Amino acid sequence: MSNAPVNNGRRRFLTAATSVVGGIGVVGVAVPFIGSWNPSARAKAAGAPVEVNVSKIEPGQLIRAEWRGKPVYVVRRTEEILSGLSTHNDQLKDPQSEVPQQPAYATNAYRSIKPDILVALGVCTHLGCAPTHHKGDFEQHVAGVKNGFFCPCHGSKFDMAGRVFQSVPAPTNLMVPEHSFPTEDILLIGVSGGEA
Amino acid sequence: MSFKLMDWIEQRLPVMNAMNKHVTQYPAPKNFNFWYVFGILASVVLVNQLLTGVWLTMSYEPSGDGAFASVEYIMRDVDYGWLLRYMHSTGASAFFVVIYMHMFRGMMYGSYQKPRELLWLFGMLIFLVLMAEAFMGYLLPWGNMSYWGAQVIISIFGAIPIIGDDLTLWIRGDYVISGATLNRFFALHVIALPLVLVVLVFLHILALHEVGSNNPDGTNIKKPKGSVAPEELSQFTFHEQYTKKYDIVDAIPFHPYYTVKDLVAIVIFLIIFCGVMFFAPEGGGYFIEAPNFQPANGLKTPEHIAPVWYFGPFYTILRIIPDKLLGAVGMFGAIIALFMLPWCDRGVVKSIRYRCTAHTVNLVQFAICFIILGVLGTLPASPLYNMIGVVASFGYFGFFVAIWIYSKNEKTKPVPDRVTGE
Repeated sequence: MSNAPVNNGRRRFLTAATSVVGGIGVVGVAVPFIGSWNPSARAKAAGAPVEVNVSKIEPGQLIRAEWRGKPVYVVRRTEEILSGLSTHNDQLKDPQSEVPQQPAYATNAYRSIKPDILVALGVCTHLGCAPTHHKGDFEQHVAGVKNGFFCPCHGSKFDMAGRVFQSVPAPTNLMVPEHSFPTEDILLIGVSGGEA
Repeated sequence: MSFKLMDWIEQRLPVMNAMNKHVTQYPAPKNFNFWYVFGILASVVLVNQLLTGVWLTMSYEPSGDGAFASVEYIMRDVDYGWLLRYMHSTGASAFFVVIYMHMFRGMMYGSYQKPRELLWLFGMLIFLVLMAEAFMGYLLPWGNMSYWGAQVIISIFGAIPIIGDDLTLWIRGDYVISGATLNRFFALHVIALPLVLVVLVFLHILALHEVGSNNPDGTNIKKPKGSVAPEELSQFTFHEQYTKKYDIVDAIPFHPYYTVKDLVAIVIFLIIFCGVMFFAPEGGGYFIEAPNFQPANGLKTPEHIAPVWYFGPFYTILRIIPDKLLGAVGMFGAIIALFMLPWCDRGVVKSIRYRCTAHTVNLVQFAICFIILGVLGTLPASPLYNMIGVVASFGYFGFFVAIWIYSKNEKTKPVPDRVTGE
């Protein structure tokens, strides 16, 4: 045992330095634990684009495609539905689609590339349920609007461009995923035109 | 010989001393009533969940492809598998029944007040972990309601600004709820959270024994040392941990007096438990919901998504608020408010027996609103229900505001020095 006087300042410094190094070590060790919760390479690979043939969709009909495990609604809208879209703008939260819930090429009155073909994720922007398509009997939910989507979970309402109505829990319009039409009849979900 | 062995152990680890301190020489107030059985009942249910849970994992397969089928396998092909599963699923609902009663007891008799704030906080943490445990456990059968329930609850985290979407992706480990989500929930449900839960229960009991049990009169059974006449002292021997600083009055040892009383409660509880387990294990669709008899289907939401009944009150608060972020804030706020109760209540009188009339009214309206919110949580959304839900939510949060106001200069009745009911 040495009888040298205790240097408290040096002890404090060494304790603090050890704590800092130890703390950095803890953060470093936390990285793999937190990182392993990210989607695995397999999950990412499963998110490949999906092809849908839209030529067989009747006017007014909705078909469901599956992309990244989520339902994608593809609807061929009739002239009547399209002309009706502008009649209830004052009841919508975001009638001009200002929130970027769609790619730039779908930021228009119909929220679509081709006016008649709506492509939107069937995932309510509130808590992710699949809204129900109401064809012709939507007036029970919104007076004066014949067609739309109603979410059975918490009563959120969307029109036939996937735009959300006011006074419902969903904050934003339905998501329009990246999509493109490599040919007239083939819809490719998950890839924008020009990239594919 | 056996005494020698016990001495040998005792000198190295004071087991008998701990036993005396916490069981045979723990001074419990002698006026405990019906409301004081739920702590023990919660322990019984915890043991049930741990045991049956371990056995269920022996036949359960935690994967997106195999989970649903393995639950059917447990139900049909494993000997007594159906019984173990129903013990576990009925136990989940029973857990919340006894925990809600236990919490209400604490609110009635002021058991959260000084010096038992930390005890209350440990209890609330247990409640929180229990809710996480129940939520994750509900995903494991991989039924359609499991799937969509998890989808809804995980999406709540998406309401957090900026990081919300990335956070939900990180929690799910996939772009949708998938086998990856199922596997991590399984790991948390059977390993991580039970460990945390058991540690918290241990701390809850230690914290209780440090400050001592409250009682229906809210009186203090620990009097200053030397202030009590010898003939008034409790006739029982208590551990010196309690008697060296205080004179203990109106107390009896936890064992055998309360263990016997609790045994009666346990028997009655188990009779009811078995009644549900054998004759109505689905609890009329409230314990196991109908859509959960179909496998998870990511493309088809059940017509009416309802949480299991015990989440009803918080779920109603979430959905009556027509804004995603504020809804989530409201829901978590409802739980945080409970955490803050020891500081919302500025009163010094503990028991409802001696507090002002406003307090009784407030507590009753709180209980009623809580039940209404719970019922609404299991019903589909409609404008009328939403309106009732808004009123009941105001009642729920109003409780905490009101108690803060009237408890400051509360007109209370005189609190007796000793427990009543001789």
